[in-house]
Amino acid sequence: MKLFRTSMLALVAGGLAAGLLAFAEPGFQEADAAVSNPTKLQPVSVFAKIKNKNERAVALFTEAGKVIQSPRCMNCHPATDRPTQTDRMRPHIPLVVRGEGGMGAAGGLVCTTCHHENNFDAANVPGNPKWSLAPIEMAWQGKTLGQICTQIKDKERNGGKDMAALVKHMAEDELVGWGWHPGGNRTPAPGTQKQFGELIKAWADAGAACPKG
Amino acid sequence: MAAFTLKINGQARQVDVDPNTPLLWAIRDGVGLTGTKYGCGVAQCGACTVYVDGQTVRSCSMPVSAIGTSEITTIEGLDSKEAKAVQAAWVALDVPQCGYCQSGQVMSATALLSLNPKPTDDDIDLAMNGNICRCATYVRIRAAIHGAAKSLEG
Amino acid sequence: MTVHDTKLSRRTLLKGGAGLVLGAYVARADKMFAQAAAKPQVNIAPNTFLIIKPDNTVTVLCKGIEFGQGPFTGMATLVAEELDADWAQMRADHAPSNPQLYKNLAFGMQGTGGSTAIANSYIQMRQVGAAARQMLVAAAADAWQVPASEITVENGVIKHASGHEGSFGQFAEKAMAMPVPTDPKLKDPSQFKLIGKEGAVKRLDSADKTNGKAFYTLDINEPDMLTVVVARSLKFGGKVASFDATAAKAVAGVVDVKQVSNGVAVYAKGFWPAKMGREALKITWDDSKAEKRGSAELLQQFRGLSKTAGKLVKAEGKFEESMAKGGRVIEVEYVFPYLAHAAMEPLNAYLKWDGDTAYARYGCQFPTPDHMAISKVLGLPIEKVKIDVVLAGGSFGRRAQQSTHQAIELAEVAKAIGPGKPVKLVWTREDDMRGGYYRPYAIHRMRGAVRDGKIEAWSDTIVSQSIMKGSFFESMMFKDGLDPTSYEGSNEIPYDVENFRCDMHQVDVGVPVLWWRSVGHTHTGYVVEAFVDELLEAAGKDPVEGRLALLSKKPRHAGVLKAVAELADWKNYKVPAGRARGVAVVESFNTFVAQVVELSMTDDGPKVHKVWCAVDCGVAVNPDIIRAQMEGGIGFGLGHILYAEQTLDAGAPVSGNFDTYRSLRINEMPEVEVVIVKSTEKPTGVGEPGVPPLGPAVANAMAKLGVGRPRQLPVVPGASA
Repeated sequence: MKLFRTSMLALVAGGLAAGLLAFAEPGFQEADAAVSNPTKLQPVSVFAKIKNKNERAVALFTEAGKVIQSPRCMNCHPATDRPTQTDRMRPHIPLVVRGEGGMGAAGGLVCTTCHHENNFDAANVPGNPKWSLAPIEMAWQGKTLGQICTQIKDKERNGGKDMAALVKHMAEDELVGWGWHPGGNRTPAPGTQKQFGELIKAWADAGAACPKG
Repeated sequence: MAAFTLKINGQARQVDVDPNTPLLWAIRDGVGLTGTKYGCGVAQCGACTVYVDGQTVRSCSMPVSAIGTSEITTIEGLDSKEAKAVQAAWVALDVPQCGYCQSGQVMSATALLSLNPKPTDDDIDLAMNGNICRCATYVRIRAAIHGAAKSLEG
Repeated sequence: MTVHDTKLSRRTLLKGGAGLVLGAYVARADKMFAQAAAKPQVNIAPNTFLIIKPDNTVTVLCKGIEFGQGPFTGMATLVAEELDADWAQMRADHAPSNPQLYKNLAFGMQGTGGSTAIANSYIQMRQVGAAARQMLVAAAADAWQVPASEITVENGVIKHASGHEGSFGQFAEKAMAMPVPTDPKLKDPSQFKLIGKEGAVKRLDSADKTNGKAFYTLDINEPDMLTVVVARSLKFGGKVASFDATAAKAVAGVVDVKQVSNGVAVYAKGFWPAKMGREALKITWDDSKAEKRGSAELLQQFRGLSKTAGKLVKAEGKFEESMAKGGRVIEVEYVFPYLAHAAMEPLNAYLKWDGDTAYARYGCQFPTPDHMAISKVLGLPIEKVKIDVVLAGGSFGRRAQQSTHQAIELAEVAKAIGPGKPVKLVWTREDDMRGGYYRPYAIHRMRGAVRDGKIEAWSDTIVSQSIMKGSFFESMMFKDGLDPTSYEGSNEIPYDVENFRCDMHQVDVGVPVLWWRSVGHTHTGYVVEAFVDELLEAAGKDPVEGRLALLSKKPRHAGVLKAVAELADWKNYKVPAGRARGVAVVESFNTFVAQVVELSMTDDGPKVHKVWCAVDCGVAVNPDIIRAQMEGGIGFGLGHILYAEQTLDAGAPVSGNFDTYRSLRINEMPEVEVVIVKSTEKPTGVGEPGVPPLGPAVANAMAKLGVGRPRQLPVVPGASA
């Protein structure tokens, strides 16, 4: 919240503003660094010293949980039909709902009314070709990391993915990847998608045990 | 600056603007169609609503460079039977006050009725809450949408 | 004909085109300010107010600005009634700036505000219509060689029993050469066909506001026009220390960059390059004299002051003695945030200056002071400046600028780049929202005592900032050094309370403030109605019956309260489980409004399901517009009570757009039912009075539901965090 306010003010106060111009130019994604995430991901190698496989898996998933539980991911895995937004995870304004295929209510406000192929920082609107809400069975908000972990492994609740598909999804999916390039004043997910993918893969390789609770 | 050809209301119109210019300003300052309004510039108010290939879009929320060959429809180009019903209902109930948001309201209401001929109050909330009216003409907007739906039943 | 067409037509016609247009005001414009002093009487000359064309349309030039509240339709109704016109032939447009011809009779200058449009024009515009009718009849009598007394006018048709028949268009030119009657006879209200008649008239501006044709300032696009945005200090009172425009000038489309007194202006071909240019400016601000306190510091200061006695505004009985007698003693504090008006169309204005004359065109709410300001900045005699008024996308007070800050900035940006370059000055939404001129920050500390079921003592200590201080209104309006718009409504409560006092601390803050739809009543209405409800609750009284018992000297308050209680079936209605009702009644701008609110609580704060509303605004000229203003006032009031605040962080306003300055949306709008109380009193305004009762009615319903009355607004904070 503080960060958000500070960055908003800085954008305007900074002479309206050298920073903003960078956003406005093509290739504005480079400006992601305008807001950085102080939280870092530890590399997989750090976890090698944990000899117990299950304990290592739990530690790896807990580390990956820094990403999973960041607002960038949680906002579109809401517990209700309504997504949240901003680093504060407030309800999305205007009111939008999941609708068909997570794309918004037909006849109502579908995602693509505002969200397009790319972030458009000139309007402070994020975008991605696959922009949509996760299905309700993939809801993460209001759940513990352990519950999310169990759910992620459950084919009934992860879109029918086996472990290999799940690892690939986390490591390579472009909408997942948006979390590290959210644009505007949104704090990116910690680390990089590559690091995150490595953590998830190592977790799977270690037997994919879940944190308790 | 770069030249773009916009297909707008059935006509090809050339604009010469920065590629990152929001479609809204390409329409207003470039093409010279002013029925599409600027209210917030951040996809919060809906005053700039247009259709891109028939799909409701906030024209402030995308750069002109992303339009390509898509067909744009603005309030000036609305002519569907739903649009006529909506506009007639708006006039019948004297919906507008200051009127500044109403192009966007009419665009959103028309899109709603095109996809959902008999919207419930909840449907109306979901379709229309992206359009702010600071005069708060919402009571009449709701009534006019129901009225338009009824008139379309024939 | 569209509103825009009317404007063009008028200009064409005035140049000596198609004849009979009655544009004598142009000739008079040169002398207007001199005449303003010399001719205090009310102008009713039809040739200054009406354009009657050969196509038989009658266009009424409206003194006030149309930004939704309905004066176009209202003025046309008044004229058409006495003219016996057919409604289908009526049109309306804005009168240009001319303080003699078009002054607001409530202000003595041309301007819109205080919900006065109908109130100050009710007789005048009817006289214009009656005079025009008389002149048209005289012209027809002369043409037909029949006695004028034998001629009838009905639905726009002039007739004589001999079989002669004619239209207004046919006789307009001849009619306008007739002497203007000094005291034209007005209809008895029993003869009215339009005024107060349901469905007799429709708004004149609805169609164009539904198809994109309605023309606003932002839509002005003249050849060679430059769009201008100004970089201003984020802190109020900050000045430019130095700036580097190199990068800004390199932005394609940017034409020039100039310093003005308020900041740095970027001139470009279109809005987007202007905005991009502004973002490329490097400015060092001198904020040494700027206001640097944040909202938290203001709260602390205001709160501290509220615990001490302020300057006495009014006292009756013996308040302190009564309080000392004890009983149920209640002390509560109410805190009101700064509020932005956030009209849908941000501020903007157009000006063409050629060195010798200037022509401004915009949604100008106070033409007279703006006219003088533009003249002064450009060093032109007043008669060399013209202002045409166009539709504005809302105002809620924002465009009524006694500081004339926008007119000054407009003239300065034109002057800075030099003559011959028309400019359209545009404020972005962020400029508008962070640009100050807010509803003042205010605290009320209420104290009261109830004994034996009776409210014995009441006091209200107000801490707020003056709206009018430092402006030309100060000398006219201040009372004993205090700004009455800070305490209006608190100093004279309608209820019979023997021991009463109201005092005020008028605090200087470096944040510019302004009237905001219903002005002082936005906060005084809230505290008076929430507090009386709380005291009545302590006294064990029903909110409606309890109030009525205290309104012995206020029949019109009682009237609307009874009417709304009946409309909402207050006595017998079974409130659904999980819901509660609250009531409030407030007089503002001589109009009386009572509202009943029914709400429940959700995770996102109160959900208001329905509002019942009774209004007494004297003679109801346009009932449907009155209803519309009540509906809109309710929505405007509700959105701000629930969600809106502008907070300051070290003096800088935080919210810049609707993502953090939350506006009411359609899913939050309650159902509304309005009853207009029949009255023969002279008509009063409806633009603002729908707002004040809504907040306290919500608060009182929340108390009834057991969640208490919100003491600090907004009710649902956090959108701005």
